[in-house]
Formats: sequence, C-alpha cells, structure tokens
Amino acid sequence: MSDRSIHDVVAQLVPPGSRVLDLGCGNGALLAHLRDSRHCTGYGIELDDTKVHECVQRGVNVIQRNLEEGLSLFDDNSFDMVLQLDTLQNLRNTEAMLSETARVGRQGIVAFPNFAHWPHRLSVLRGRMPVTKSLPYQWYDTPNIRVATFADFEVLARKSGLRIIESFGLTDGQVVKSWPNLRASTAVFKFDRA
Amino acid sequence: MSSLGVVTPVSLHFEAPLPLRSGAALRDYTLMVETYGQLNADRSNAVLVCHALNASHHVAGLHADEHGKPIPKSQGWWDNLIGPGKPLDTHKFFVICVNNPGSCFGSTGPTHLNPDTGRVYGADFPVVTVEDWVDAQARVLDRLGIEQLAAVLGGSLGGMQAMSWTLQYPQRVRHCIAVATAPNLSAQNIAFNEVARRAIITDPDFHGGHFYEHGVVPRRGLRVARMIGHITYLSDDVMDEKFGRSLVGRELGEEPRYSTQEIEFQVESYLRYQGDKFSDYFDANTYLLITRALDYFDPARAFGGDLAAALAQAVAKFLVISFTTDWRFAPARSREIVKALVDNRHDVSYAEIDAPHGHDAFLLDDARYHNVVWAYFDRIHREISGPTLNIAARGQP
Repeated sequence: MSDRSIHDVVAQLVPPGSRVLDLGCGNGALLAHLRDSRHCTGYGIELDDTKVHECVQRGVNVIQRNLEEGLSLFDDNSFDMVLQLDTLQNLRNTEAMLSETARVGRQGIVAFPNFAHWPHRLSVLRGRMPVTKSLPYQWYDTPNIRVATFADFEVLARKSGLRIIESFGLTDGQVVKSWPNLRASTAVFKFDRA
Repeated sequence: MSSLGVVTPVSLHFEAPLPLRSGAALRDYTLMVETYGQLNADRSNAVLVCHALNASHHVAGLHADEHGKPIPKSQGWWDNLIGPGKPLDTHKFFVICVNNPGSCFGSTGPTHLNPDTGRVYGADFPVVTVEDWVDAQARVLDRLGIEQLAAVLGGSLGGMQAMSWTLQYPQRVRHCIAVATAPNLSAQNIAFNEVARRAIITDPDFHGGHFYEHGVVPRRGLRVARMIGHITYLSDDVMDEKFGRSLVGRELGEEPRYSTQEIEFQVESYLRYQGDKFSDYFDANTYLLITRALDYFDPARAFGGDLAAALAQAVAKFLVISFTTDWRFAPARSREIVKALVDNRHDVSYAEIDAPHGHDAFLLDDARYHNVVWAYFDRIHREISGPTLNIAARGQP
C-alpha cells in the first residue's frame, strides 16, 4: 500500500477546512495534501530528524516530539480531526494515546496494518511470522511493537468509549468493505467520542 | 574560511531620543550595523539577526585591517550559518545585524560620553530592555527603508528579541526564528546572572561603575562572571568529554600538585583562559546591563503571566529550535513558547535537536540544526519570490 493511495483515501474522510493534528506525520506529505487540496490547517508531530526536515521543506507545521510523552501541548477539543496513520502500532501506550486523541480532537482517524489479513494468517499457519508488503519486517527488527487486527481495534475502541463512525479496509489502494478483517492489509477507522 | 569575505560595519547616528522602558531616554546615539547581500527591488528579502549577550553586529564575514587585508580569525559569530550558500544565504537575503545600545562594540554604551554631563556614562548608562533594543533596531530598519522583514532570527537573548519583534511590531515580521531561547528567565537563570554581577560589582576596581576615570578595569569580576557563564553554556557531558578529570602538566597516574591555589585540573585552566580573554575586551557595565535585560524580559508579565495571551498579538509564522542538552535554556522552555503559539493557532514548527553541546550548540555547526534552518529559509525565499507576496504587500504604504 503506497503512501499516496492511503493519503487519497484518508483525505476524503477529512472535511474541507478542518483543523488537523497528524500524529506521526512523517515527511508531511499528507498535511501538505490536505492543505493544498482541502484547505486544512494544523500541525504534525514527528520524532525523526530527517522527516522533520522534510516537513519544514514542505512548509508544513511540524512539532518534533516523542508521542510516548503524550499530547500535553494541546488543549481539549483543539482539533477537528486527529490522524494516526501507521503510528499506533509503534507506540507503547496505545490505549492512553487513543484517549488522548479523543481528548484533543473532535474526531479521529487511525490506520494500521491488519495482522489478520489472510496472507498473514497463512504465514502463521505455516508456523512463521508474516513478512509482507504491509508488515515488511522480520520479527526481530520490526518497529511495530503492537500488532493488532481489524477486529481487535473494534474491541479497544468500545473499551475506550469511542464511537466508530466509519470503518473499512484497504488492500492495494482499494477500499475493502466486506470481510475486512480477512481481506484487508490495512485497517481504517474514523471515530468520535461516544 | 569565511565565504562572505571582508565586511565593513557602518555607524548610524540618531538624534531623536529613544524612549526607554525605564522612563529614561537615550539621545544622540550611534548604532553599529553590518549588512550582507542585496536588498531586492520590493524590499521583501530583509532578515534581521539579533545578537546575544557578548556578541556584536559582526555576524558573518571577516574584518579587514587598516591596509584592507582580512584579519585572520575575525569571522563573525554566526559565520557558519550566514553567508553565500549557507543556511541563511546572502545570495537570496539581505541580512542586517545591529549592535544593541548599551553594548561595547561601537554602538552607544557605557564607555561613551553622556551628552547630558559630558562625562563617560559608566554606571549612569540607562537600563535597557529587550523591548528597547527592538525599538532601536526598528529605527535602523526605518533608516534603511525596510517596512517588513522576511524574518527575524536570534539565539538565546537574540531569540528573545526575535520573539519581542513579533509582539512590538507584529505587521513588520513575516517569520520569527527563535533558537535556544525562553519566554523568560527562570529563578535559577537570574541567580546565575546575579552571581556574575556581584563578582563585577564587588571587584575593588569597579568603583561603582566609574572605573574608566580611575584608569582601571574590574578584570577579576569580569573573569569570574565569564567563568560562571561558560559553565552554564556547556553540558555536563561535553565538559567531561573535553576535560574530564585531566590534570594540567601531569600524565595519567601522576600525582597531583596538592595545591589549593594553583591550576590543577584542565577545566580550571580552560575557565581561567576564557575569563582572561573576556576581560580583555568586554565592558563590565555592559555585562551588568545585558544580564539585566535578560532578567527583565517577560512578555507574559503584562498579561498576568499568560504567555498565550501575550503571543496572541503576533501574526508572524514561527520556527522554534532547542537543543536537548541545553540546561540554561532548556527544551521545556521552548516548548512553552510552542504551546502558547499552538494555543493561538499560530503557524509554528519546532525542532528539538539532539546535540551534546549544551546552550553553545546554537552557535555550532550541526547538520541537523542547520538543515532545518536552511529548509525554513528556502521556504521563506519561495514565499517572497512567489506571487503570494504581492497579495500580502498590497495593504502597505
């Protein structure tokens, strides 16, 4: 799944003119896309020096910060939309981060690799950890410290008092509406506070 | 080697009194100014660089001797950042730096004659604040015919001036780049300044600040003040790496001298050297004035301590940079600025550079730091070269 296609799909979920916070904003491409195509404003949070530099080059507002240290920089409800794309799986305090997301934003969108995608299941059935396009790492060098399935997130969202507005899967840039837990390499959820 | 080559300062004289926050005024004063690069036709590419405690208007390039020959090692204090092809590129920007009044590098200061008394100012030089300096810098811009700055840039105390610009003259600043700075000094920071000031004031050669007429300099006080400063500019790690516990003139394993007064450790030798060097060129009254300006800076004070309320007036876009090992102006202080800007929904980017050098890092050549500054100035240059500027400039006289 290329960044480009996930960005296009996610951008469609962000209302034009939104105030956006992008957690783990990477090189700022999505924020720049939202700014240029949907007149959104806001900030990205990124830890990596090289990516922070790329954000500055793009003219995207970026704040260099370790997400594990929380979102104390931001007041309650200060954003229309908080994005966490391919970020959740790298965080130790997943649950706390999700509730922080719901605190500072009116709505949130998360996207993460779906561990229950069928090629992953096959791999585990064969007795090996999956190494695929959406999970391209070996078990010993992966930055993904939280692997979860599409179905797992529904449970955590309910537990965290979040209401799922929209959810679907993505495979090769295509939206997967039916059986996403089996058929999608990426899980996408849009939610607000219940 | 410097890539700007020889640069020459100019001195600008101002007759109209400059009202100061203390209620006093400075009249008949001179400001030393250096500029690099060319001001473009629509006067939109000016960048003001604000200097910190012991620096001057000589930011980049080399000075020449009386025969026009470049003086070796006379590079400006931010020469690694500013020049042709450098992060603040003088091919693209017109760079201005002003030696602040009260300083001791040519602008009117305590070593000059007080026009009211005909005597050297000495301790009678009025207390100047960051805000007063910004007012003085604004007059320089007026003189140069610059209505709006593409950016104001400063580190440490210079960062405070940069921030203050966005509050005092919000319409005159498009971008503010504040490096290794703070929204005010902590009590610990004021305490360090106070120790430095006491060292100077209690030096018997200080004579209440009127030492010039006694033909002496309170060197001991200046040395100690500088030593304290240097300790706070470096990180614990970098000091350890530089000096460790090495003894002067003794091999590892050799016995120390067992002396209480001789230099024993390398770090002592370094501090004394820095202190000696400083006392050769820096003015004691200037040191008092500048540390006081640091102490007083607190834009939130007029807003009941609410920094966000203070920064609400700013319209500039910000780049804030801090260094992880800087404990004198710690990252947490920069994050306060970022938070206050975010609370106002102002445009801000923040880089927290993982550098080992402590507060001094802002003056050093670090690729991650310089790349961010470079990228930000590239963006500013695109902005002022693009069609958007005409829209922004339409409202101006």
